[in-house]
Amino acid sequence: MRPAFSVLFLTTLIGAAQGLFIALFACELLAAESLPSSFFVGGSILVLIMSVLGGISSVFHLGHPERAWRAMTMWRTSWLAREGIALPAFMASVFAYGVSHWLGWGHTLAVGTFAIVIAITLFVCTAMIYGAIKVLKEWAHPMTIVNFIVLGCASGMTLAAAYASFTAPEIAGVLAQAAFWLTILGLITRGVSLWRNATLRPTSTLQTAIGIRHPHIVQKAQGSMGGSYNTREFFHGKSPAFVRGVLLTLILGAFVLPLVLVLMLPLLAFIIQYLGLLAERWYFFAEAQHPQNLYYQGKS
Amino acid sequence: MTQLALVIDLNVCVGCHACVTNCKQWNTSGAAGSLVDCNPYEAEPNGTFFNRVQTFEVGTYPNTDTVHFPKSCLHCEDPACVPVCPTGASYKRKEDGIVLVDYDKCIGCKYCSWACPYGVREFDEQRKVMTKCTLCVDRIYDESLPEDRRKPSCVLACPPGARLFGDVHDPESAVSIAIRERGGYTLMPEANTKPANHYLPRRKTTVSVRSDELYRSDNPHKIDGAPFDKNLPPTNEELN
Amino acid sequence: MSSPIHDPIASPLPDATTETKTTTCYMCACRCGIKVHLRDGEVRYIEGNPDHPLNKGVICAKGGSGIMKQYSPARLTKPLRRKQGSERGANEFEEISWEETFDILEKRLSHLRATDPKKFALFTGRDQMQALTGLFARQFGTPNYAAHGGFCSVNMAAGMIYTIGGSFWEFGGPDLERAKVFYMIGTAEDHHSNPLKSAIGDFKRNGGRFVAINPVRSGYAAIADEWIPIKPGTDGALILAIIREIIAMGLYDREFLARYTNSGQLVNQDESSNDFGMMLRNPEGDKINPLRPHNFYWWDRLSNKPVDDHTKGADPCLFGTFTMPDGTVAKPAFQLLKERVEDCTPEWAEEVTGISADTIKRIAHEMGVTARDQKIELPIPWTDWWGEEHETVTGNPVAFHAMRGLAAHSNGFQSIRSLAILMSLLGTIDRPGGFRHKAPYPRAIPPNARPSKGPEAVQPNTPLGGAPLGWPETPDDLFVDASGEPVRLDKAFSWEHPLSAHGLMHNAITNAWRGDPYPIDTLLLFMANMAWNSSMNTSEVRKMLTDKNADGGYKIPFIVVCDAFQSETTAFADLILPDTTYLERHDCMSMLDRPISEFDGPVDAVRIPVVPPKGECKPFQEVLVELAGRLKLPAFTTAEGGRKFTGYPDFVVNYETAPGSGIGFLTGWRGKDGDKAMRGEPNPKQWEMYEKNGCFHQYHLPPSNQYMRNWNKGYMEWAQQSGMRRDNDPIIIHIYSEILQGFRLAAQGKRPGKQPPDELRERVATYFDPLPFWYAPLEDDESDLQKYPLNALTQRPMAMYHSWDSQNAWLRQIHTYNYLHVNSKTAAEAGIADGAWMWVESQWGKVRCLCRYSEAVEPGTVWTWNAIGKSSGAWNLTGDANEAKQGFLLNHLISEELRARPNGKRFSNSDPITGQAAWYDVRVRIYPAAAGEAEESFPQFDTMQPVPGMEPRKMGWQAWFAGKKKGARK
Repeated sequence: MRPAFSVLFLTTLIGAAQGLFIALFACELLAAESLPSSFFVGGSILVLIMSVLGGISSVFHLGHPERAWRAMTMWRTSWLAREGIALPAFMASVFAYGVSHWLGWGHTLAVGTFAIVIAITLFVCTAMIYGAIKVLKEWAHPMTIVNFIVLGCASGMTLAAAYASFTAPEIAGVLAQAAFWLTILGLITRGVSLWRNATLRPTSTLQTAIGIRHPHIVQKAQGSMGGSYNTREFFHGKSPAFVRGVLLTLILGAFVLPLVLVLMLPLLAFIIQYLGLLAERWYFFAEAQHPQNLYYQGKS
Repeated sequence: MTQLALVIDLNVCVGCHACVTNCKQWNTSGAAGSLVDCNPYEAEPNGTFFNRVQTFEVGTYPNTDTVHFPKSCLHCEDPACVPVCPTGASYKRKEDGIVLVDYDKCIGCKYCSWACPYGVREFDEQRKVMTKCTLCVDRIYDESLPEDRRKPSCVLACPPGARLFGDVHDPESAVSIAIRERGGYTLMPEANTKPANHYLPRRKTTVSVRSDELYRSDNPHKIDGAPFDKNLPPTNEELN
Repeated sequence: MSSPIHDPIASPLPDATTETKTTTCYMCACRCGIKVHLRDGEVRYIEGNPDHPLNKGVICAKGGSGIMKQYSPARLTKPLRRKQGSERGANEFEEISWEETFDILEKRLSHLRATDPKKFALFTGRDQMQALTGLFARQFGTPNYAAHGGFCSVNMAAGMIYTIGGSFWEFGGPDLERAKVFYMIGTAEDHHSNPLKSAIGDFKRNGGRFVAINPVRSGYAAIADEWIPIKPGTDGALILAIIREIIAMGLYDREFLARYTNSGQLVNQDESSNDFGMMLRNPEGDKINPLRPHNFYWWDRLSNKPVDDHTKGADPCLFGTFTMPDGTVAKPAFQLLKERVEDCTPEWAEEVTGISADTIKRIAHEMGVTARDQKIELPIPWTDWWGEEHETVTGNPVAFHAMRGLAAHSNGFQSIRSLAILMSLLGTIDRPGGFRHKAPYPRAIPPNARPSKGPEAVQPNTPLGGAPLGWPETPDDLFVDASGEPVRLDKAFSWEHPLSAHGLMHNAITNAWRGDPYPIDTLLLFMANMAWNSSMNTSEVRKMLTDKNADGGYKIPFIVVCDAFQSETTAFADLILPDTTYLERHDCMSMLDRPISEFDGPVDAVRIPVVPPKGECKPFQEVLVELAGRLKLPAFTTAEGGRKFTGYPDFVVNYETAPGSGIGFLTGWRGKDGDKAMRGEPNPKQWEMYEKNGCFHQYHLPPSNQYMRNWNKGYMEWAQQSGMRRDNDPIIIHIYSEILQGFRLAAQGKRPGKQPPDELRERVATYFDPLPFWYAPLEDDESDLQKYPLNALTQRPMAMYHSWDSQNAWLRQIHTYNYLHVNSKTAAEAGIADGAWMWVESQWGKVRCLCRYSEAVEPGTVWTWNAIGKSSGAWNLTGDANEAKQGFLLNHLISEELRARPNGKRFSNSDPITGQAAWYDVRVRIYPAAAGEAEESFPQFDTMQPVPGMEPRKMGWQAWFAGKKKGARK
């Protein structure tokens, strides 16, 4: 698949935002008394900013953003519609959570719990957008949900550590340690899916694609020599060396360097991890071999 | 319940692309149009087509088959592209099973095309909506057309008659009979989308002449004498 | 789910005005009937006309893309003159008016006509109105006229017409409705393509067996039940071996051969005689037709003595040697054929063709046994020419088809004659399930039109003293001067290519440039891309077009190009005439030219404009009628010296081949009231009547006249009455060609009358063999086959008509550029990777192109789609279009001439009998492009710029929507 940049930004930004919110709420649960409400208000604002940026970014993926509101209508069947509902719901509940802290309404635990449920739901919805595409075996696997959650939480926790290092240094270390372990977990879960995808055997073959049983089939013409939507959307068009470079970048950027840095320089760790996750998401697309590509392999 | 579909006979498709451009010309000015052409007179021309003909070489020389393979939306009975659509723009008509895109609802998120394993949806770069084969739904019910012309443009155009059109749920329809009797198959059955369109495989007609059929009692050699170095027709034993 | 907002069924422009008009397609040579749907005057949809006999409602990729041709940005819209001071080829033009254009042409041409008419040459390319262009040339008085048949498939026409009086092409075809087995030899997708596709589809559905014999498995061969790869140029050897096997096994249709061919006719075998090799003729015998006596002998096997051919109750011996009462030794023609093929064993053919002897025997048996054992009998009584009544029409269901694959070799005539003989041996001529004629064929062998006979035919201010083209029957029909030198610029009907029935357009420019046989003044090209894909040796021909004499004048002083589109060739014009498209003009698919007849009777068709001409475009027909009026050409001028015709439609209605002949361009609705078919006085309402009938006229022959037409008395009488034939004598198949022997005897000095120049005697004597034979293509003898081991071919893709469709925004997306298809092993051995840049080189030139591995081509052949490559900027594509940068033209590798002979002269690279361009003879080698070489095709040419009057091309995107919805067009 060709990585769609708006989607890379959307999923990484809101993933980190959800993770950050989960971290905030964890702080409230574990150390509410020692922290000022401004910590939660500021954190909520950060979550909202990232969510809004993600939302804006996603609009660039649409051909008709003015109709984006329609994207909620088919929530019964479409994970994309569900995400379309869950994302504003998440933003609304985080807003409510932040306001509750700001105005001291007191029901912050209840509001926060609700927002956590929405955040998890949003993780599932976002992941299932990919996980529900059965023909993309790289994506249609529970590990997709696990990774979206774990990587979102890891990057959110790293961001929380960075945030706390400025606003609540006393818990920054704990958060950094949590980020460390979540990043380790992410390395493991993403490593599992990388390994799985690298060794995946495609179910669909040229033989099943055109329904002819013969070991030697080569496409000679795809019907359009100047390319088409199908040759653009589903192929990243980058060299194997470039793809390997991205893989190395994601391993270093999303995992190794943040692990080294997070305990000392959590902000730098977050920036690097975020960039690393962009690479991770790019690779997530690039490693998905769409069966339609079987039909677009040769020109003459 | 009706399920309209195409049955494509690979046994007679010569790869002439008639279906490709006739689809384009009907639909670009039809209810589904216009279908944009990008770089029409520049390098890398490309545009929206609902139907393409591809070519595959099967086997190695000299046992090679050149297979021309027309491909358009298969109007799946369980279309992967429909449930994923967040707006309902991608839909399957109850009355005839045609899978369509509602261009006024489509937000252009391309998600349906990701879900489709066949690569038959094409995003229109000018209108910014997803497009696809409509089975010429704006022809096949048009009562101002003669009844035998109420067929998809590709079917009407196809010179060797490699495209059949009809209701695959009606066991007595020409398409159902062709599928049944000619070994019609669907693409990527593993995708579980139950394509309505079917393909008919190549079949080879051979003639085998047995050596004892070569000579008949009325062989003209009996009148003319045997040519070349023999005086009489060779016997069957000699032939074998 | 809520209901859809966008109504998928409603018309998007319900208020628009729509109308439907019928006409005839011209996206290729097929000429299907079409219905053009207009919306607010713009073309909305072009569908096949379901009521049309040719295509019955189907239409191809090109036909379905007519919209993009109609609105192509390559369209020329104004008459243009080469800019003062600008060099030819620089593509700099200025607009002029039609009045000025006609003035220029009238002055120039009337001067030429009054002084030396042959200095005007008219050559046409994709011309579908040769009846008019040929008439214009003849009336003008120039011998220098031809259409593109000489570089297309004249071998197919001539090889078969000189054998069976008809041919594939539009003149006949395989009866796949009733055939059981079908053999297609070589590429043959060009002509009659939609009906053939439909017929093959039905044939296969009905369980017929389709065998493709072709170096490449593409085109129709893709769906063959069996593909038999063959080395290019060796088809003749294969066919001769099959003939041998058919004879050896006794699988020939004896009855058919004896009665309907000249197999039993006795041939003079007295080597000392000046009539050696000619048929023995009975001076007292049957003289049915004084112009073509049928007074042959058979050796009657029943009475064991010579008798007149077709004597009632006689049966000719086919084999044997006989001594006539006067002592002359004679053999039946079939005996001579048998002797000829004796050494053409399957094993011999295996060496030549690369097809195993077993396969050759197998398919020979398949053909022969199917023909013999699966006879068709139709209960149709008919009477043969000799008065014998037959209860039934019988047929042997073995069909063949071939076109350019056989034709475009320098041995094509003899190969195709071999094929026609094989078809005759199997008893399949004009019989159900075999080969069927289409009107106006069958015609006499050869047809009665003769070329002009000598330089005296060319006189100032006088029509040519004969036709510019025709069918020579004897050496005396050649168009040569007293010393045997050609009168025509292209040397057609000279001793170099005596039977060049369609001329040699591919040599016209080279000959004019060299001044051999003479220089000309004005070259008028119509719809022919002679500066690109229609010329061999393209790079050099482009130089010739701009080459100058010592005095600074161009070697070809004045070039006029008429075309609807800017092509590579328009750049070399001094004057450009903007033609209309097919949707903007009146046109005829005339019985006098190449109509669209069906097996069961004559069909002709017309075009009637469905949209007005763009800009100042004028149909070339109108230009010719106007010029003919201005030049006062007799056929276009009244007795009083006034104009006879107001324009082309008027001409078509009122022109008669001879005063009161009742034969004109169209056969339908003749007679004052339009109630006559084929023949009748002019009908002023003829166009309306064609329009009402869907723009075609079909005449169904009664079943008794639909078969065996070479010898069918009823048909012959009808054909003569309707003007289809001059005579009504039978057309006996020439298993043995006395006509060819006549030329051979002249070459051997055994015949009075015209004689070849001495240096050509051996050539003529060699190739004018009365019996079919196979020889290696002429270029093989001049090629280092060690160095250039491969054959290089082109084929026309079904979605593109030669160079014509790269301007078409839809079609060019299918074929945007071309690869050289190379057998995977051959390419790998040459060190060329799949998809890599490579060189293909002949002794004449080299081309850099992209390689595509293929398993569907025999290892000794490389091939590509024809004419996808374009010169940069041509056809109003941008200079960097893929067609120019990745596409390539194979023509740069192919020479229009063979190497110079010792006397410095050169033969055309053509069949020595017909002058058919030998496109497929070229030998090449391949090697990888070096690292660091430019990644673009070679050669490249300067980018052409648009000329005045052309619409700017749409950049970025274009979305056609007829009737212009919401500014959908940018």
